[in-house]
Amino acid sequence: MKTFNTLAIAHADDLIFGRCPHPVRLKNGLEIGNGVVYPEINFTLPPMAITRETMPQVRQEYTQIINAVCTRALELHAPGLIVEFEMLPDMTLVPEWGIEIVQILREALDQYAAKGLKGGLRVTPNDIREFARPPLLREGKYWDNMLLSFAGSAAQGADMLAIESTGGKEIHDNAILNADVPTIAFALGVLASRDMEFLWDHIVRISEEHGIIASGDSACGFANTAMVLAEGHNIPRVLAALIRAMSVPRSLIAYERGAVGPSKDCAYEGPFIKAITGYPIALEGAEAACAHLSPIGNIAKATADLWSNESVQNVRLLGGMAPVVSVEQLLYSTRLMNAATNQGDTAAHSLRDCFVLSDGSLDPQAYILRPDVVIEISQVIVAAPTPYLRTRAAGLKALEILRRAQGSGEIKLARTEAKWLDRLSAQLDAVPEDEAELIAEVIPTLEMHKVRLDQYLLPVAIG
Amino acid sequence: MSLLEEIRQAVIDGDAKATVKKVEEGLAAELDPNIILNDALISGMQEVGRLFEEGEYFVPEMLIAARAMTAALKILRPLLAAQGVQALGKIAIGTVQGDLHDIGKSLVIMMLEGAGFEVVDLGIDVPVERFIEAARSGAQIVAMSALLTTTMTNMKTVIDAMQTENVRDQVQVLIGGAPITQGYADEIGADGYAPDATSAVRVARQLLGKAG
Repeated sequence: MKTFNTLAIAHADDLIFGRCPHPVRLKNGLEIGNGVVYPEINFTLPPMAITRETMPQVRQEYTQIINAVCTRALELHAPGLIVEFEMLPDMTLVPEWGIEIVQILREALDQYAAKGLKGGLRVTPNDIREFARPPLLREGKYWDNMLLSFAGSAAQGADMLAIESTGGKEIHDNAILNADVPTIAFALGVLASRDMEFLWDHIVRISEEHGIIASGDSACGFANTAMVLAEGHNIPRVLAALIRAMSVPRSLIAYERGAVGPSKDCAYEGPFIKAITGYPIALEGAEAACAHLSPIGNIAKATADLWSNESVQNVRLLGGMAPVVSVEQLLYSTRLMNAATNQGDTAAHSLRDCFVLSDGSLDPQAYILRPDVVIEISQVIVAAPTPYLRTRAAGLKALEILRRAQGSGEIKLARTEAKWLDRLSAQLDAVPEDEAELIAEVIPTLEMHKVRLDQYLLPVAIG
Repeated sequence: MSLLEEIRQAVIDGDAKATVKKVEEGLAAELDPNIILNDALISGMQEVGRLFEEGEYFVPEMLIAARAMTAALKILRPLLAAQGVQALGKIAIGTVQGDLHDIGKSLVIMMLEGAGFEVVDLGIDVPVERFIEAARSGAQIVAMSALLTTTMTNMKTVIDAMQTENVRDQVQVLIGGAPITQGYADEIGADGYAPDATSAVRVARQLLGKAG
C-alpha cells in the first residue's frame, strides 16, 4: 500500500491544468497530465427502458453516439479524446449488457484511431451494491455482478476503470439533510473509508490482471449530492464546501490502494488528489451544466488534466445531437487551455488565474478549490495518520480558511450562510479526535435498518 | 403572545421541548386539539415553509421544526382520533423500480407531513405491485419519483398497471424528479407534476381539492 505523507505538488504555482508530476500513459501512447488537456466526453441514453427487448435499440444509440462524437472530434482536430462510459444500473445488474456496450465503444475508437483520432476508454460500472437494502458491500449477487462488470469491461478493451462508490452513503444522505457534522464525519471518515480500502483492492487487482489503469473514485454520492442540494437552496453552501473538503481523504484511499488517475470527472476532490499524489485528474464545470448546475464552472478548469461534460442525454438540439454539441464545447475549452500552455508559463498561469478569479470569491465551494487553498488543506490531510483523522483535519482546516476568507472580505457570505459557518464550526470542534469515541457516539443515533455495520468491520452491537 | 402563538413560534424555532410543553399547557387549558393542530402546528410549519422559500431557512432548519411538530403530534393524535379529525389526505410515495435515489423523496415527504398530510414512504426501487397495493390500501395520491432517464419510463408502467388492475380511478398520480417535465406527466397520464418539494405540497392540495 502506498502512503502519502507529503505533497507531490507543494506550491500553488505548480498546481495547474494539463501538467502533473506523474502522468498516466495509455497503451496507444496517449499521455494524460503531460502538457495537454484532453476532452473527456460522457453520454447517456434518452428516456428509455433498458431490457432484453430494448437492447438492440440501446446498442444502436451507443453506436450512433460514438461515431458522431468521434467524427466531430476529428473534424475539430482533437489532439486526443477520452470517452467515459458510465454504466447505467441495469448495465451492471446484467453485466453482459454493459460489457457489450464497452465492445461497441472500443471497436469504434479503434476504427477512428486508424483515421487519426487517438482515443482512450474509461469504463465506470455502477455501484449496484446499494440495491440490497441495507447495502451488502462485500458479498452477494450485486457484488459479484459488479466485479464481473469490471473484469468484463477490462477484457473487452477498457483502458481505465473507475467507479463512484457509495459505501457510507446510506448514512450520509440523512446527515446532509440534518447538517449533522458528527455523522458526516462518521460516514466519510469511518464507513466510506473502510469500504474504499476493501473495494479498491479488488479494482486494482482486476486492472493489473488485464494490464489496464485503475483510475479513480468519486465522492459524487456524498459531496456532489451536497453541492446539488446547495444549488437548490436546500442546504447552506458552506456545508457543501465542508463536505467537499471532508470527502478528500475518502477518495484518496483509492490511490493508496493502487489507483493512479486520472481521477473521475465529477470528483471535485481531484485538485487535492493531484496535489497529494501527483496523479492527473479529470474535472468538469461549465460544460457539465447539461448534467448538473454548479458554482465552480471555471475554477474547476484551473487544475484539470481531462475536461469533461459529466453526462449528456442523446437528444437533438439545434446544433446537432447533444453529445456532439458537448464534445465541441469541450474541445474549444481544452483548445484554449492548450493554446495558453503553448504560449508558455506566463500565459498558462494567467489563464489559470482568470479561471480562479472568476469564481473563487463568489461561493465557498469555489473558494476551497483555489490552488493555494487546495495546498493548505492538502497539507493537513497528509499530516494526519488515519482516514478518520484526515477527514476531521480537512474539515477543521476548511472551516478555518472560510472564516478567515470571510473576515478578510475575500468571500462574501450571505447572513444566512455566515450563521451556518458558526454552527458547523461549533459541531466540528466537538467531534472527538479519538475515532473509537466518535463511533461509540454516533452508532446509537443511527437508523440501524439502513446500515449493516459488519460490512464496515464494525461490531454490530455497541453500547 | 397567546398560547397558540407561543406554540406556533416554538415550531418555527424548532424547539421540540417548548412545543410539547406549550401543547400540554394548551390541552390543560382546554384548547381544542384540532385548533392547536391547525392554528399552531400546521400554521407554524407553513411559516417555516415560507421562510424556506424566501431563503431564510434551509432544510436542516425545516427538519428541526418538523421534529418539534411530530413530538407534539404524539400527544395530539389520540385526541384528534377521538374527535374524528383526519389528516389532509393520505399519500403513498416511492422512487420507481431500478432507481435508488432517496433524498428528493425525503424532502417531499418532509414538506407533505409538515402540511398535514399522512404520508406512507414506500422506499426506493419500488416494484409496480407495491404502488398498486398502496392505491388499494386507501392512498388518495400515489406519488412517484425518478432521477434517471432510464427509470422514468417505469412511471408509465405503474400507471398502465393501475389501469389494468382497475385502481387508476381510485387515486391521483403525482410525479417528479430531475428528468421529469409537465409534458412527460401529460404524456403518460399522470394527474400532477411537481418540479420541487415545495410545489409538491401545492399540487397535492390541488389534486385533493383542498384550498392552498
